Amino acid sequence: MDWNNPWIFAGVKFIAINVAFVAVLMIVAYSVLAERRVLGFIQGRLGPNRVGPGGLLQPFADLLKFILKEDIIPDKSTRFVYFLAPVIAITTALMTIVVYPFGPTIHIPFTDWYVPLVVTRMDVGLLYVLGITSVGVYGIALAGWSSNNKYSLMGGLRSSAQLISYELSLGLALIGVILQSGTLDLYSIVERQSGWYGMHWNIFWLQPLGFLVYLISAIAETNRVPFDLPEAETELVAGFHTEYSAMKFALFFMAEYVNMLTVSMLATTLFLGGWNGPGVQTFPLLGVLYFLIKVIFFIFLYIWLRGTLPRFRFDQLMSFGWKFLLPVAILNIIITATLGWFGWI
Amino acid sequence: MLSAILLQTTNVPKTVGGPITAYWPVMIFFVFAVIFPVLPIVLGRFLRPSIYGKGKMRPYECGIDPVTEAHDRFTVRYYIVAMLFLIFDVETIFLLPWAVIYMGNDFSFTKFALLEMFIFIGILIVGYYYAWRKGALEWA
Repeated sequence: MDWNNPWIFAGVKFIAINVAFVAVLMIVAYSVLAERRVLGFIQGRLGPNRVGPGGLLQPFADLLKFILKEDIIPDKSTRFVYFLAPVIAITTALMTIVVYPFGPTIHIPFTDWYVPLVVTRMDVGLLYVLGITSVGVYGIALAGWSSNNKYSLMGGLRSSAQLISYELSLGLALIGVILQSGTLDLYSIVERQSGWYGMHWNIFWLQPLGFLVYLISAIAETNRVPFDLPEAETELVAGFHTEYSAMKFALFFMAEYVNMLTVSMLATTLFLGGWNGPGVQTFPLLGVLYFLIKVIFFIFLYIWLRGTLPRFRFDQLMSFGWKFLLPVAILNIIITATLGWFGWI
Repeated sequence: MLSAILLQTTNVPKTVGGPITAYWPVMIFFVFAVIFPVLPIVLGRFLRPSIYGKGKMRPYECGIDPVTEAHDRFTVRYYIVAMLFLIFDVETIFLLPWAVIYMGNDFSFTKFALLEMFIFIGILIVGYYYAWRKGALEWA
């Protein structure tokens, strides 16, 4: 394909953006349903199964209901910031999906077109992901502050403290992968894991500790059980979104699930070999399937943890992040760098 | 003009495209990602009911009338956490370029870089130990 033709380039990118956007939103909608169903089965219930066959239309029914409900803005709230907070939350959550490669370069049959299955390749991809996810803190902090509600304020503060604390260990856990790959471009990082018949994943080769630190920090970053202190419903009602209703609440809800998805995609890309797997060299489209399976495994893990674990106490949460996870992440860097010095990377 | 902006050099893009090229899709995606939340909130105004009620608009405090404003004072611990975060986050940023060029092409930089990293992290561990001993990591 003639990539030098700007119209073809723009057209392909536009299609890629649309596909990625719709795919992510569909996965998010159905991971919400999957969570409710799986949690139901874990607790010996059925979960929602009335709307459509087996409850498959439930997400759309929920969306319709969210749009039609009254939007209550509490008195004395800061109205513009109150509106801005969910927009920031969902926008920053969505923005990172452009850099994740969800498949190898595909040859389209009967043509000479080679299309890499990634929306954009930038040489600072990982840094971009870290930067965008940092901005997500603002959505939550502003939501807590602007609601004029004490529960929201406490929830927002807690959430900001938790997010920035665990962002450190998350960032440091990624350094090991960068040491091994020597690049921040996510597509190249995935390509470097394609040895051993597609099983040369970073988690098997030198980064098991980094993966563990990343996984724990990622669960804390997305405010999920057992780190769901910001919305601890037994003490803070709903945390930062106590006062939010209707579509704005739905946006926060979606932002949480989009964050779950992007964090899982990053874990897959960096540690589980992205789209790599046996047979991808011969059948490139198999890579998309492998990528989806790995991401869905992570989402199932999230749901499983939520059905199994109790919640941390806030001081336990902070000391776990600062006194355990951070030193372990630094230790992982030192180990990886020393092994690299011996030439084992 | 447009081809200069959207120039993509190779047939099968082995390298990352030009420095600007990679960011055009991000810009387009940003427009998508902003419209997606704003549109249902703004257009939903024509679909959803909007009835003012004094009790309904009151901040939720389990049914009891709020006594004070919510923008109250809170514990200084959050401030300390933010300060510590700044220090260690800057550390992460400094480690990123170091990690990218660590192995290099010919392994020549590695020996020096390892030593340098040990000194850098050593200084930080001293600061970390100081913060720990001073009780900045405790949540009283």
